[in-house]
Amino acid sequence: MSILVNKYTKVIVQGITGSSGRFHTEQCAAYGTQVVAGAVPGRGGSDVNGIPVFDTVAEGVAATGANTSMILVPARFAADSVMEAAAAGVNLIVCISEHIPVLDMVRAKAYLARFQGAPTGAAPRLIGPNCPGIITPGECKIGVMPAFAYSRGNVGIVSRSGTLTYEAAFQLKQLGIGQSTCVGIGGDPVIGTNFVDVLQLFEADAETHAVVMIGEIGGSAEETAAAFVKAKMSKPVVGFIAGQTAPSGKRMGHAGAIISGGKGTAAEKIAALENADIVVAESLATIGHTVASVLANVA
Amino acid sequence: MNIHEYQAKEILKSHGVSMPPGGVAEAPDEAETVARELGCAQFIVKAQIHAGGRGKGGGIKLAKTPAEVRQQAENILGMQLITPQTGPEGKLVRQVLVTEAVHLDKEFYLAILVDREISQLALIGCAEGGINIEEVAAQTPEKIIRTQLDPAFGLTPFQARQFAYRLITDEAYRELIPKATQLILSLYDAFTACDCSLVEINPLAIVKTGDGLDIAAVDAKVNLDDNALWRHPELAAMRDPHEEDARELEASESGLSYIRLDGNIGCMVNGAGLAMATMDIIKQHGGEPANFLDVGGGASTEAVAHAFRLILADENVKAVLVNIFGGIMKCDTIANGIVEAAKQVSLNVPLVVRLEGTNVELGKQIIADSEMNVQSAEGLADAAQLAVAAATAA
Repeated sequence: MSILVNKYTKVIVQGITGSSGRFHTEQCAAYGTQVVAGAVPGRGGSDVNGIPVFDTVAEGVAATGANTSMILVPARFAADSVMEAAAAGVNLIVCISEHIPVLDMVRAKAYLARFQGAPTGAAPRLIGPNCPGIITPGECKIGVMPAFAYSRGNVGIVSRSGTLTYEAAFQLKQLGIGQSTCVGIGGDPVIGTNFVDVLQLFEADAETHAVVMIGEIGGSAEETAAAFVKAKMSKPVVGFIAGQTAPSGKRMGHAGAIISGGKGTAAEKIAALENADIVVAESLATIGHTVASVLANVA
Repeated sequence: MNIHEYQAKEILKSHGVSMPPGGVAEAPDEAETVARELGCAQFIVKAQIHAGGRGKGGGIKLAKTPAEVRQQAENILGMQLITPQTGPEGKLVRQVLVTEAVHLDKEFYLAILVDREISQLALIGCAEGGINIEEVAAQTPEKIIRTQLDPAFGLTPFQARQFAYRLITDEAYRELIPKATQLILSLYDAFTACDCSLVEINPLAIVKTGDGLDIAAVDAKVNLDDNALWRHPELAAMRDPHEEDARELEASESGLSYIRLDGNIGCMVNGAGLAMATMDIIKQHGGEPANFLDVGGGASTEAVAHAFRLILADENVKAVLVNIFGGIMKCDTIANGIVEAAKQVSLNVPLVVRLEGTNVELGKQIIADSEMNVQSAEGLADAAQLAVAAATAA
């Protein structure tokens, strides 16, 4: 098992003909992901390395049975692309695009919620935006993460940061610890899937024995996640929070990484995690070893 | 993006938010002219800087005549205004806002913001104005009034009206409910039309005028969503380069994310999260980072050279730590780029490079073989130690 994506996942790529869309589609397909279609308005009927391109997501889904979308389109079209994917009936939308206006995302998220309770079932799940994507090592990679950093095993990773996910996965790999699934939830203030959603899925996944949760300054998602871990999780969680030296009032690269009005500091988040018995890795260099020692204690 | 109070008021006014009349001036003469044109009984002269707490630092003054306005403008313009939000060096005042001084009968707090927890906009109010809202929220959360706004319907008139009734409970001010409702609706219009990330009126005030009572925005703060500025060239033009660190501005124009800090170890990292964690690990090893810098996923020679220039423009920098997790791009390519960029900018401080990823050994070899003052680190902790040692020795 794993969560959300596996070898049966069928992907349609929105923005497949762009330079980034083309490149990452090739990388994902080479990894073994079933990329069955692309969607770009005005490019229907063409193909990218044999993958058929459709004018609309709806046509692509109807023709190929795609159930998941990967979005690699410019920011100004991204929120609309999320809604188009939802309307076309895919159940997982992975939005890699960054710099999306926050009001666009507020609208897109509300649009997705409309599908809740619809005859077709649950609302489609959005991962991201502004994220590296999701990977179930050895089966399915949907996103821009470097494949070599990952290996298959029993640790789930959920993170607001792309490169920190690669770093954590690679440290684990070097210690012989693989991952079940790794989810980048994105660095924006308004995102689809949050820490708690993913933690819930990992808790229910038999293959996942422990979870690494990587947070950063800004907002209170880590605090909410900590409360969830304390109340609902039986599996061990290792945490890491980036930004202990970040100044107040400055956006640290990610739109969501900002300490405002003295709230959202790393110290607060680390305290919340520790209060929930989450083992917090002291430094970036020790994430892998911290997981190893936690796993050793479980075994 | 932050803008000045006078700009925030221009935006809000154009959407129908009522406020005392006023005008901006860059010289004492001009301030006096603004005052004469306003022709009111008393004036307030307000320093325009991107920081709150201006009154505490002497940046907001009362004046009774246009001549006094001129005098106060002379005092304020050109001063290095220090407030709790500016840091000890303060900020140079280049403009003042001259407005009518109104009698504040009662003050409130009113704001619209993006609530990250619910992924929706929220209307926030408090029956105490001129307050620090974060403090009130932390200590007496029951005093905060809030309404969340479904983006499908926006702010409806009934919601605005209900909010006004909750905010203004004193019978004496009942007659102002329709005006307050309209003001709240106008505020929402401004927020959505301009892609704001925060609109704050603190204080919103009930003012006594010759004709009776009125409600008005006495102060205003507007933050704009950087990601939506392409939709609003007229708002993007409101950027005041004087208020921003020149290097941070230059970096953002070239697609790099850079923030200046106080330490002496320059950092160049790919990825925002990794960049923050790199600053943290430097601190854990006894050093102080000089900056946050996300050089982007690819870390191309061009981007790296640009990043080096930004880092080296800071005279505090005694050593540079480059931390790259080679993703799709291979380490040898990145190493060649770093060496090439270091040559281009004639790097004159010790450089520590930590590379990880595909072809990492090749990459390290390229670093080691270069004839520059550069050390290749074995892992993250080693990189931080080497950088701290190099900065200390310098």
